[in-house]
Amino acid sequence: MALLDFSNVWVEYGDKVVLEQVDLSIEAGSFVSIVGPSGAGKSTFLRLALGQERPTQGSIWLDGEPLTPEPGPDRGVVFQRYSVFPHMSARDNVVFGLDCAGSPLLGRLTGARRRAAVAEAEAMLEAVGLGDAVNVFPAQLSGGMQQRLAIAQALIKKPRILLLDEPFGALDPGSRLDMHELITKLWREHGLTIMMVTHDIKEAFKLGTRVLAFDKRRRDPQAPHRYGSTAVYDFPLDKKDTVIPEALTRMTAPSEG
Amino acid sequence: MRRLLNIRPRGGGRILLGLVPLLAVALFYLGASEARHAQNAHDKLLPTASAMVEAVKMMATVDPLTGEAPLLVDTAASLKRIGTALVIATSITLILGLVIGLLPMMKAGMGPLVAAIAVIPPIAILPILFIVFGLGEVSKIALIVIGITPVMVRDLAAHVGAIPEEQLIKAQTLGASTWQTALRVALPQAMPRLLMAVSLALGPAWVFLISAEAIAADVGLGYRIFLVRRYLSMDIIIPYVIWISLLAVLMDVALTLISRRAFPWAHPKGGH
Ligand SMILES: Nc1ncnc2c1ncn2[C@@H]1O[C@H](COP(=O)(O)OP(=O)(O)OP(=O)(O)O)[C@@H](O)[C@H]1O
Ligand SMILES: [Mg+2]
Repeated sequence: MALLDFSNVWVEYGDKVVLEQVDLSIEAGSFVSIVGPSGAGKSTFLRLALGQERPTQGSIWLDGEPLTPEPGPDRGVVFQRYSVFPHMSARDNVVFGLDCAGSPLLGRLTGARRRAAVAEAEAMLEAVGLGDAVNVFPAQLSGGMQQRLAIAQALIKKPRILLLDEPFGALDPGSRLDMHELITKLWREHGLTIMMVTHDIKEAFKLGTRVLAFDKRRRDPQAPHRYGSTAVYDFPLDKKDTVIPEALTRMTAPSEG
Repeated sequence: MRRLLNIRPRGGGRILLGLVPLLAVALFYLGASEARHAQNAHDKLLPTASAMVEAVKMMATVDPLTGEAPLLVDTAASLKRIGTALVIATSITLILGLVIGLLPMMKAGMGPLVAAIAVIPPIAILPILFIVFGLGEVSKIALIVIGITPVMVRDLAAHVGAIPEEQLIKAQTLGASTWQTALRVALPQAMPRLLMAVSLALGPAWVFLISAEAIAADVGLGYRIFLVRRYLSMDIIIPYVIWISLLAVLMDVALTLISRRAFPWAHPKGGH
């Protein structure tokens, strides 16, 4: 039984088909990189897994149960931007997930439970390299640090699967490498399952244990919107094999940079 | 040569630059007043500074007949009216702004109503208020509330609606319910904007207050200036107008200070 199952999933907006016939199984513990040209429906695919969007046809299963059709704490997420709360300190951003679980009415833990939650949050911040920035507001953090914060925030809920939509897309090359190291470390240590959309094909192959490429399988020159994308390439990788297939490089080249 | 738009006054220079036009206006007034009094020592139109000081002193001392100092009771009455109205308007705005901004269902349900109320000129319904609530305090406060609330609600709802969807999704993936999202994500981010909406509404609020006081009141700053108008008492009217402006400025400054103190994250360094 796979962790996450997509069976014959379609997404249409009006008469525009975005995704068609997506049949995929995501194994627990895998790190799935998703690439493809701009507009291929990668974010849409992630939104499906998140429950932010429902398939027009087909079904999605998480742990053998139909996926709850709205976002929930079993699926963590980090977007390219706006993933953290600007009005909370780094510490409060991470504690928030624990606040929600422990205090339905006030949304804020108090007393000993609060102290325990803060300790847990600070350990998580330490683990992502933000041990010195617990009191700082996001606006004072660099882009890379904000993404670290967003990751810490998501991991505190111990999600079954972590969904990343171009999480490092806005970072400079140096911080990108640091983030690669961090996410790989966290993936191993916490036994995470990750789905990550990226435009950087090298990043996809470097980090992933499996690379999915989304694109249209068929094209209608008269009505391009009538056909949707699906996973046209599916590469399981063992970590030594990092030769990037040429077809893939060509496919995603125009959307890079 | 640097472009004009790149030259920024700083520190003392900035304060000085702000004072110059104010002083110029004051001096111009004093000069004009002097000139008129040179021609006619009993001129009432442009009273001299000393005449205004005398008038203020008189208004600020207790009148043995009534046992009250007019300036003080007027100020207290007006502040009480505008203060009550602001508290009511702010509370309504906070609740409706959050609910409309956050819940698509409420936006569909309440949005058009608020928009419709917002286009009614409030002064036009003042007669209705007088008929319904009588000539007492309630109708004055109601006028201010009706006058400023719809704009504030629309502003706050738009601001809350503009919270990036990523944040709302993120909150849900952290297990937040609708209530928790409203309380911990939307409310704090709405607060600085709410204070700003209040300070922008101060101007209209004073307009409505003075209009209502001018028409039906027996105490209040607006009442007084319209009363003494009959005697052409510019020496009272002008200080009253300055006093009203000063009160408005002080309220505005207080709101800004509160916002900076309470919501430091909303005022990054170098920003406004
Ligand atoms: N709510 C919507 N209504 C109509 N069309 C939409 C909607 N959301 C997405 N689309 C369309 O679906 C297609 C896929 O969008 P999506 O954001 O998933 O692409 P993507 O692969 O993530 O692209 P990018 O690499 O640029 O982020 C686009 O053509 C987009 O215009
Ligand atoms: Mg995308």
